[in-house]
Amino acid sequence: MYRYDEFDHTLVRERVAQFRGQVARRLSGELSEEEFKPLRLMNGLYLQLHAYMLRVAIPYGTFSARQMRTLADIARRYDKGYGHFTTRQNIQYNWPRLDRVPDLLDELAGVEMHALQTSGNCIRNVTADHYAGVAAEEIEDPRIYAELIRQWSSLHPEFSFLPRKFKIAVTGSPHDRAAVKVHDIGLQMCRDEDGAPGFAVLVGGGLGRSPFVAKKIREFLPKRHLLSYLEAILRVYNQLGRRDNKYKARIKILVHELGAEAFTELVEAEWAELKDGTIELPAEEVARIQSYFAPPPYEVFSSATLETQNREFEVRRFEDRGFARWVRSNVAAHKAPGYAIANISLKPQGGVPGDITAEQMDLVAELAERFGFGEIRASHQQNLLLPDVKRADLFALWQALERHGLASPNIGLVADIIACPGLDYCTLANARAIPVAQAISERFADPARQHAIGELGIKISGCINACGHHHVGQIGILGVDKKGVEFYQITLGGAADENAALGKIIGPAFGYDQVVDAVETIVDTYLEIRADDETFNQTLTRVGFAPFKEKLYTKGPQ
Amino acid sequence: MADKIVTANRLNDGLVVYLNGAGWSERIEDARIAGDDAAADGLLAEAEGQGQEIRVVEPYLIEVALEGAGPRPVSYREAIRAKGPTVRLDLGKQADFA
Repeated sequence: MYRYDEFDHTLVRERVAQFRGQVARRLSGELSEEEFKPLRLMNGLYLQLHAYMLRVAIPYGTFSARQMRTLADIARRYDKGYGHFTTRQNIQYNWPRLDRVPDLLDELAGVEMHALQTSGNCIRNVTADHYAGVAAEEIEDPRIYAELIRQWSSLHPEFSFLPRKFKIAVTGSPHDRAAVKVHDIGLQMCRDEDGAPGFAVLVGGGLGRSPFVAKKIREFLPKRHLLSYLEAILRVYNQLGRRDNKYKARIKILVHELGAEAFTELVEAEWAELKDGTIELPAEEVARIQSYFAPPPYEVFSSATLETQNREFEVRRFEDRGFARWVRSNVAAHKAPGYAIANISLKPQGGVPGDITAEQMDLVAELAERFGFGEIRASHQQNLLLPDVKRADLFALWQALERHGLASPNIGLVADIIACPGLDYCTLANARAIPVAQAISERFADPARQHAIGELGIKISGCINACGHHHVGQIGILGVDKKGVEFYQITLGGAADENAALGKIIGPAFGYDQVVDAVETIVDTYLEIRADDETFNQTLTRVGFAPFKEKLYTKGPQ
Repeated sequence: MADKIVTANRLNDGLVVYLNGAGWSERIEDARIAGDDAAADGLLAEAEGQGQEIRVVEPYLIEVALEGAGPRPVSYREAIRAKGPTVRLDLGKQADFA
């Protein structure tokens, strides 16, 4: 993974020192809150319902065991013993003190981490496929480009005061695990007719109060033009994006209002000025960054060894149903023979989605070193994974995870719920999201039932800002406030992958005490009418909403 | 007019506080209550007054119902702010003042 060079170290340390001065001046009254707030946000520090909240960047979701130990230590010494992994591959702390945040940031800097640009009207943490570098079907590791974009976008003098926040996601695989189509810019690696890798460029995706699936504005962009093309897009947005209305300020609104064709013409015209200029990626720099993402020293197993390992693995699976279930949902294929990707669910039965204790963080760090090369990934689904586990070690890993409540066999299943912090933590929220997720998790607690249902994404947001990604859930739940009472609007048919789609509202909202029954009714209806191995969305496309509405509303909603 | 109190987040640690007789308290039970518009305006003016900006961030008025144990926020959001996350009863004021 990427290692800071002297410039990175200096930049981050200087920013911490700068922020330390800003905090001191705020505490002394030299800076007003109005002056301080944008500075605070640019350093990832929010003021939420109960306390400040610090969002720490985990660039494209990749971090090390050493960094995880520091995150655990920070949770213990600066917070209340836990952290929360988010839908943008970051980690959040819910209770830091403003007067201690500079010290906290200094400790992060010591392990090459920061909270820069995790808030504010700037380019945010660049996210990527959490299976980057290890997925069997990958064209190229997208993290190389995510790192280049990170460096380009950090403290960019032209793009630090955008009309609104800006989010970029990259995938190196045809199967999109990074939700690129619902980002401001989505980059999908592909090949041209000669087989050379490059990017399809998608712009104007987003969730929130005006959700859009991104438009493809360029079929193929050669890799060397990546930064100049992004610069062109950002320049058009910076110039034309609305600044008069916060709710109309994202690039998706600009693309929608201009039309994709007109927007593309503007970008191409801007790009013509930048192309082949100083911002083009020098091959040596790309090679330097690429070297940080070289595959680790995988052991090369003989066919005989692989056969033996596989046999032993199958025996374990046969003998231990719990292990078999965990493998089925949580283990994914790896490009190196004899290795596997091991997902760690942060969705225990009845738990808070994405939350992890400091002790669990330390354990994951230890396991990353014992069963891998010390690398950990955070997914945008609020889970973690160890990317390079020998198949021969999976059983031992599972046992260790199981002892610490981290082995829920539910990745991609109905209990793998994405939920925003909601009204339990967030000043923007209208309703609680977490207890609804917990109640659904309890209702579907039986792992056998979860596996029988198969892949099904439930996503819950506590307000229209959609941090819980409800628009792209197969079952999406949006919490709303109706005259001071929490209600929940259900949408069906969303998808965040390469078949991205926005869910549609099924009907009147459900009260807090009815929504879990409603979700169960929807799932049971799906099971009754699905044909063969149809996914939820396939069944929905075939039969429409009518069968679901009939079951949900025969008694009438509250 | 409903009874009102003033709340804010404390500047140095972000915790929820309520304007009381002596300054700011973490306990809603200590909050000074305004029973009419003039009193509410007066409370808010005091909360926004000289020197307050180094104590609290963005004070505002909230409606409360008066009960035996003290003022209870009318809105659900403020009820959660007054106690802590409903999903972690071991955190926030509900734990600190249990």
